[in-house]
Amino acid sequence: MLEIRNLHTSVQGKEILKGVNLKVNAGEVHAIMGPNGSGKSTLAQVLAGRETYVVTKGQVIYKGNDLLEMDPEERAREGVFLAFQYPVEIPGVTNTYFLKAALNAIRKHRGLEELDAVEFIALMKKKTEILHIDNSLLSRPVNEGFSGGEKKKNEIFQMAVLEPQLSILDETDSGLDIDALRIVADGVNKLKTKENATIVVTHYQRLLNYIVPDFVHILVDGRFVHSGGKELALELEEKGYDWVKDPDTVSA
Amino acid sequence: MISETLERYKSYFDAFEKSMNGESASAVHARRREAMKMFLELGFPSTKHEEWRFTNVTPISQTQFQPSTLSSIADVALSQIERFFLKEADGSRLVFIDGLFAPDLSSVDKKAQRITIDSLANALKGNVSAVETHLGTTAAFDENGFVALSTAFMYDGAFIHVPDNESVANPIQLLFIATGDSQPRVASPRNLVVVGKNAQVSIVEGYYHLRDQSYFTNSVSEIVVGSDSIVEFDRVINESDSAYHVSGIHIAQKASSVFTSNAISLSGLIIRNNVTAVLGGEHAECTLNGLSLGTGAELIDNHTAIDHASANCDSHELYKAILDGKSRGVFNGKIFVRKDAQKTDAKQTNKTLLLSDEAIMDTKPQLEIFADDVKCTHGATVGQLDDEQIFYLRARGISLDDARDLLTRAFALSVISKIRIEPLRKKLDTMLQEKLRHGRLENA
Repeated sequence: MLEIRNLHTSVQGKEILKGVNLKVNAGEVHAIMGPNGSGKSTLAQVLAGRETYVVTKGQVIYKGNDLLEMDPEERAREGVFLAFQYPVEIPGVTNTYFLKAALNAIRKHRGLEELDAVEFIALMKKKTEILHIDNSLLSRPVNEGFSGGEKKKNEIFQMAVLEPQLSILDETDSGLDIDALRIVADGVNKLKTKENATIVVTHYQRLLNYIVPDFVHILVDGRFVHSGGKELALELEEKGYDWVKDPDTVSA
Repeated sequence: MISETLERYKSYFDAFEKSMNGESASAVHARRREAMKMFLELGFPSTKHEEWRFTNVTPISQTQFQPSTLSSIADVALSQIERFFLKEADGSRLVFIDGLFAPDLSSVDKKAQRITIDSLANALKGNVSAVETHLGTTAAFDENGFVALSTAFMYDGAFIHVPDNESVANPIQLLFIATGDSQPRVASPRNLVVVGKNAQVSIVEGYYHLRDQSYFTNSVSEIVVGSDSIVEFDRVINESDSAYHVSGIHIAQKASSVFTSNAISLSGLIIRNNVTAVLGGEHAECTLNGLSLGTGAELIDNHTAIDHASANCDSHELYKAILDGKSRGVFNGKIFVRKDAQKTDAKQTNKTLLLSDEAIMDTKPQLEIFADDVKCTHGATVGQLDDEQIFYLRARGISLDDARDLLTRAFALSVISKIRIEPLRKKLDTMLQEKLRHGRLENA
């Protein structure tokens, strides 16, 4: 589904990613871990199409097409979803209005009929029930005045409504208490199918107790220094990031 | 020595005076004559005048506008203007064509017999004491040449009188339609709204046009709000984009009255709105909100002055502007707090969204506070659409243009949502969406 080949990116002349390679197939869950400043969030943002990052080298192939050639909205319509580390507040626009506009833009792109108000409300109701999310959230302006936990739940809710093929969760666990973390993880697990894939970007192993990855990759200074199965996350938890920070001590 | 322009208005005034019969001896006409004299002294303001620093009115003074009172009313069919009506609002509707009352296009709700909803021209024919007392006295004409000129030619408009303890259930619509026919005309609509004690009324004033021609609207509204009364006075200014609109809204509030005005400026080459409110009794509350949409070479200037002449009064102002193209916006908000007006609570906010690099906003709060126990706050921001918000929307599949439209609409709706008349909110949202196209602001 996704193949990242030797990806280099920089922001304001500073190189952040220094040759990232990654292959993600449908049905897989990949965890990307790494210390602060290693480039985890940069990778997530570049995949979603953030223009502040300049790709200096490399390729990203998504479902056989050049992902880097696409506008952010085109990527979203093709099934890429980024759950933001810091969801943006949009005063004056309700969640319902926003999601209806987003869903219909995606459906139109896929040649599907746009949903009318009644069909859309029914869909919302179904999705809030699956995720155990309070539906008062729907009539509130997007993320405005939301607590940290509500913002993250709202990201997962959007994911449930838009049904992406490739979901990238950028530090979705940061700032969550254990109950919120469970709800978020539970949502992600329920949405998992054989056809979609998930990339979980996280600093801590904690989330991976709930979302069990098939692969774990450790990013240090813009490169993957280690890849393995879910046990790698536990090893990292035990030994700390100092273990991987010096590339010489690790054989990938 | 007076200029050619003033000479021309003087001769129009003489012609206007000749067209009257017995009325020229009335007290109201004495005010017109006084106002004409004042206009000849003041003339049109220049940009050297502090109040007009950002708004050059030379295009208005140089165009040979003829007062519409000197011509007969143009023939307009109901079908031409129905689209300007508020749907589902069953109240009274007065229609004015180029400033002159059109009885055939109007309809007055006869149910409330004690309430007067009529044209000013009709009211002037009877000896109505509220007219004698308040017409041309609530709006001072000794400082602003436009008010003086409008007062000199005041003749028609709406006269609304709500006596003590009466309440008008449905909003009253006042529609001012410019035909844009023949030679450029100046209309001087004059509205007089007199509300007694413990009474309530909502009024929607709408300025619309049939053709994209140059014309000039120089309107003045005088609004007297009795104690414990509630008045909402909303305005929709959707003039031709070659037209000029200068308005004066003069409000006199008594104790414990609540006045709200939401002024939405959608289109017009130069729009200048002057709002003056005097809080003349304790516990009065005055709310002035405004939204300006500018595009092309439009200039939209909102000047407000709230005079806290009594203690314990509140005033709130929220003025927003969305400017695209080479348009310009001006906001000047004066707040006077007199020496005895203790416990005043005044809040003023001005926010501008610039959609182009060439649009300009000039904003100036002006607080003059002579009391010592008051709360006065003001704030102004000028900014562009937020890149983070745009990216967030795009990352969910919404196109760049749609993201811009959505955010711009949300910015505007925060003012429109303050209107309490639901059919008006709906109409304005529709008009707004028609103007928002491909992430830009365009005149429909």
